[in-house]
Amino acid sequence: MSARAHMPVGHEAIEVKGWIGAHKFLLLRRTSQLFFLVLFLMGPWLGVWIVQGTLAGSLTLGVLPLTDPFILLQSSVAGQWPELTALIGGLIVLAAYGLIGGRVFCSWVCPINPVTDAANWLHRRLNLPKGWQPKRSTRLWVMATVLVVSSLTGVIAWELINPITMLHRGLIFGMGFVWAMIAAIFIFDLVVSRHGWCGHICPVGAFYGLIGRKSLLRVSAANRAACDDCMDCYAVCPENQIISPALKGKPGTTPMILSPDCTNCGRCIDVCAVDVFKFTHRFDDHVAAPSDPVPAPEPRAARPI
Amino acid sequence: MPLAGTPLSPQRRRFLQDSARAAGGCVVAGSLLAFLARDARALPAEALRPPGALPEKEFLSACIRCGLCVRDCPYDTLKLAELGVDAVATGTPYFTAREVPCEMCDDIPCVAACPTGALDPGLDNIDDAKMGVAVLVDQENCLNFLGLRCEVCYRVCPAIDEAITLETSHNPRSGHHAIFAPTVHADHCTGCGMCEISCVLPEAAIKVLPVRLARGSSADHYRKGWEEKDANGGPLVDGLIDLPDRLPGPGTDNLATPGGFAPSYNLPGAGQ
Repeated sequence: MSARAHMPVGHEAIEVKGWIGAHKFLLLRRTSQLFFLVLFLMGPWLGVWIVQGTLAGSLTLGVLPLTDPFILLQSSVAGQWPELTALIGGLIVLAAYGLIGGRVFCSWVCPINPVTDAANWLHRRLNLPKGWQPKRSTRLWVMATVLVVSSLTGVIAWELINPITMLHRGLIFGMGFVWAMIAAIFIFDLVVSRHGWCGHICPVGAFYGLIGRKSLLRVSAANRAACDDCMDCYAVCPENQIISPALKGKPGTTPMILSPDCTNCGRCIDVCAVDVFKFTHRFDDHVAAPSDPVPAPEPRAARPI
Repeated sequence: MPLAGTPLSPQRRRFLQDSARAAGGCVVAGSLLAFLARDARALPAEALRPPGALPEKEFLSACIRCGLCVRDCPYDTLKLAELGVDAVATGTPYFTAREVPCEMCDDIPCVAACPTGALDPGLDNIDDAKMGVAVLVDQENCLNFLGLRCEVCYRVCPAIDEAITLETSHNPRSGHHAIFAPTVHADHCTGCGMCEISCVLPEAAIKVLPVRLARGSSADHYRKGWEEKDANGGPLVDGLIDLPDRLPGPGTDNLATPGGFAPSYNLPGAGQ
């Protein structure tokens, strides 16, 4: 760990690339999240019906059906084989996320992401302890539990508490007490468990992670030779257990972040002053030659506390 | 205490402990979720599902709560249940007849919009829908039962003279008027709720109830003798002797008729 690890997270990247450059993917992501929300809201708010429905199931321009495959899976194990329209919609979603990375849903579309991102931002600002950190596999257990409960009760179980569809539906059809649930998740992520909801509990994210196991779009630490150990990528990454194998891999190992937990959010690319990371496809395991490293800058004195 | 020949590795112990912990946590969380799922099935009586909705248990396994039926309902009858506000499983579509009834569109757009089949696409005639059954729940306040001629529920019924008829009977209060009793025939009633929203009383005397509450059921082995007789074209048992009916009069225990016997419990010494 270099002396730069003591500097505020992302500070260097802003100095080198400018604020916009150091927040490029964050801005893109927020734009994308807003875009998908506005698509759904234009109907009820402005009467412009491009997309009808919610994230659970929608109809775009009256022809394109999209359905959440995890909900369809629960419905099937609950004993109800869905009609063709829903199945086609589910397959389209599966194919799309299977290609670009399952958890792209989490960081580019899911309306809960801004909530947990905000909690995590505040968590970092307040310098709170990371709190309860169950194993990363917990969400897979939760997912299995949801499927078992669905099959035993015959009810699509996760939809009884799924904050993603509840918030989305709340914005489009009427909130009720969903705001309390969202506040609970914010507080959970802020003081109980850092990255708790999206990183450890949410079975929807676990499911999307599974369908994106072999996805094409990946982040690669291609320029890992230039890494100056500032640790900023570890600080911003919501799933930072996935970085080391790619960034700190021995020569000859792939620089590709191949973990299905990666949400392809691109924050590591933003926050890296020496541009170690880049988006690429999974077969591009090119590593920048160590013979041409970006010279590591002089260590600076630690920030006075 | 390690068993002979099977050295226990710390990794294995750790794995088993972790697995047990995760499984235990899942059982606890899953039980809570299962409780919620049970609660979700309790649909309030005044909440009616859209036409073609599968029976409630299957409905909750099929409805993905997308709201497409709500969007395609031209009369804004349907709405999605809001968390903590409506006592209906959150996000599922329903309507309240007294607020906005179902207008029974011929093309049934809500069913056409449903992507999963939670609203049965086999429903092609809205007259076959069974959203509930209207029941005249309060005869004491129904104006027609009081002997007036309100009849609004009968007039607005989309299946007038089939789902609701006016059955006349003698009005014993006035002694010389008729009572036109609005009478629901469940076979023809779709449960649209037009009668309920139109009832002129501050609280409707006729209400659409879920079929499970509105109806009894006949036992499988019951036969209506008169129907069997008609179908058979004559008595089913040959040589049946039709005995004369007992009429009130002398020689019977009908006290309202002069000459009847007093019942035994009124006799002296009968323990009363």
